[in-house]
Amino acid sequence: MYVFFYIFAATHKKTLNSKFMKLKIVVLAKQVPDTRNVGKDAMKEDGTVNRGALPAIFNPDDLNALELALEIKDRHKNAEVSVITMGPTRAAEIIRESIYRGADKGYLLTDRKFAGSDTLATSYALSKAVEKINPDLIVCGLQAIDGDTAQVGPQVAEKLNFPQITYVEKLESFENNKLVLVRRLERGVETVSTTLPVLLTVHSSATPCRPMHAKRVLKYKHAHTTTELQEQNRDYTDLIKEFPYLHIEEWSAEAVKADENHLGLGGSPTKVKEIESVVLTQKESKQFTEKDQDIDQLMKELLETRVIG
Amino acid sequence: MKSIFVYCELTEEYRIADVSLELLSKGKKLADELGTSLEAVVLGVNLDNALEQLRSFGISVIHCADNEKLYPYRTLIHTKLVQSLFEKEQPQIALFGATSIGRDLAPRIASALRCGLTADCTNLVIGDHKDERKKMEYKNLLYQIRPAFGGNIIATIINPETRPQMATVREGVMKLEPQSTLNNPTKKEVDLSVLTPEDNVVQIIERHIEASKLNLKGSQILIAGGYGMGSKENFNVLYELADLLGAEVGGTRAAVDAGFCESERQIGQTGITVRPKLYIACGISGAVQHRAGMDQSAKIISINTSAQAPINAIADYVVIGDVMKVIPKMIQSYKKQIK
Repeated sequence: MYVFFYIFAATHKKTLNSKFMKLKIVVLAKQVPDTRNVGKDAMKEDGTVNRGALPAIFNPDDLNALELALEIKDRHKNAEVSVITMGPTRAAEIIRESIYRGADKGYLLTDRKFAGSDTLATSYALSKAVEKINPDLIVCGLQAIDGDTAQVGPQVAEKLNFPQITYVEKLESFENNKLVLVRRLERGVETVSTTLPVLLTVHSSATPCRPMHAKRVLKYKHAHTTTELQEQNRDYTDLIKEFPYLHIEEWSAEAVKADENHLGLGGSPTKVKEIESVVLTQKESKQFTEKDQDIDQLMKELLETRVIG
Repeated sequence: MKSIFVYCELTEEYRIADVSLELLSKGKKLADELGTSLEAVVLGVNLDNALEQLRSFGISVIHCADNEKLYPYRTLIHTKLVQSLFEKEQPQIALFGATSIGRDLAPRIASALRCGLTADCTNLVIGDHKDERKKMEYKNLLYQIRPAFGGNIIATIINPETRPQMATVREGVMKLEPQSTLNNPTKKEVDLSVLTPEDNVVQIIERHIEASKLNLKGSQILIAGGYGMGSKENFNVLYELADLLGAEVGGTRAAVDAGFCESERQIGQTGITVRPKLYIACGISGAVQHRAGMDQSAKIISINTSAQAPINAIADYVVIGDVMKVIPKMIQSYKKQIK
């Protein structure tokens, strides 16, 4: 009986001894509102983000993450890079973009039940999706520009009981299941090593992502989720039958076996109590132009009041 | 009433990091308001100086361990120790610096304990909350206040149900205010027996960490450039003026992202918070995230081509003009007048 259990445990422990064993890499990416172009309708009344009102882009750090994953794929004979993103239907755009840049496939985690999730509920949902792939390595951006929390990476790692290496700037080497990486910290760098499995979060100073590949764009531009096709009133049944890689799978909460109690607003321990518009109280200020005598006057006043000098 | 915990980071010189001392200063005020005590967590090596430093912050208990496994910081080891400490002590509030350590550690602990965590708070306040739908009233919650998404909004975040209420705060946001008297906190050894060999899977091979040459927080005069500076080369006039005035040069996030200056110089919610005697904002429009990091400056000069820039509203002096003309004129004028 003991022997049986031992073997059972051993086969479930992931090891990657050979270069020829399949290395499964998951990249977690997010489509984010372009916070550099924010309009007035950016927030809903409940304090969550109104994503519909904003241009959406591939979160910049996640592109660095994708590049790192592809670099690791380059160094391994048999690796597969899957991108998972959680979001509404249009988030499939970044899955296509990932594939154009070199990812093998992508999955869209999408369900109304995810709406209003904080970082903890988001991490839970993502971790359930990652479990479906059961990867050796997870790579994501350090943080997303719409929240800057940097929390989702470490929280996904914790939920999956993966070690984590955050602030990764550079892949130094990947040999015999051992990764050597350089981390970019506030005042310097730290080189660390680890064995797989591990989750990495990638810093914005890492290598920029390789460009989209023209051949891949041609091959995959008709890759869509079922919902996208329905919304566009298009019937690609035959096409997808012939070219199954053009189907981007959608996963619901149920599909990834997520417990509803841990999702959405209800599954989020943090609540937005209130949001306040910032009202600027106008200070009484002295106005100057760029004329010489104005600047002289300003400097004179600063010197006389001993603010400078 | 359960305590407030502050996780204290060690610097390269084995001293407590400023950001942790700032959190202890704020933590003490919150603890006094709640009628509870302040406790610190210190995990590292050569702790003698660090523990001495902690005598002036009104701390009741220091949970510490002095062991070479604990320094430099590694995720799994610190997570496991802090997590099991929190499970045992059940703090009501736990504060972390929003540094490469705090931002690595706090989310992992929050996930393990299934509790809420708010990043980059610009203020922490105690207050009540009524949930109309659930007909529940909550007393003395931690309001975690931070500018949210996109700019002109300040969000107040609460964790009504889960404990500890966790938050990270950037360096410089809270004031470093030691107590006037020293005390002798009780020392409690953190139990290292929970660690297993698997916690060592990530190994540090090499470190090159420099002591910071920059001292934005300590500088009396700051000259900050925004996206409106246009280029990295244009920042040179700011360095020139800074040399002349004995000032430091900072930048907005947009300027850092555009590569105009190093990220170490970033001022604002996700950078550093400063309170200089004089702040010269050059080509900065003044998003709330930036203002959060500088609006307590004693005097503010705004140099901007637009009279409508939000930063002008909080400036004492507004110069409407091209910053690349104005700064050289300021340099000239200063040289002329101090002769």
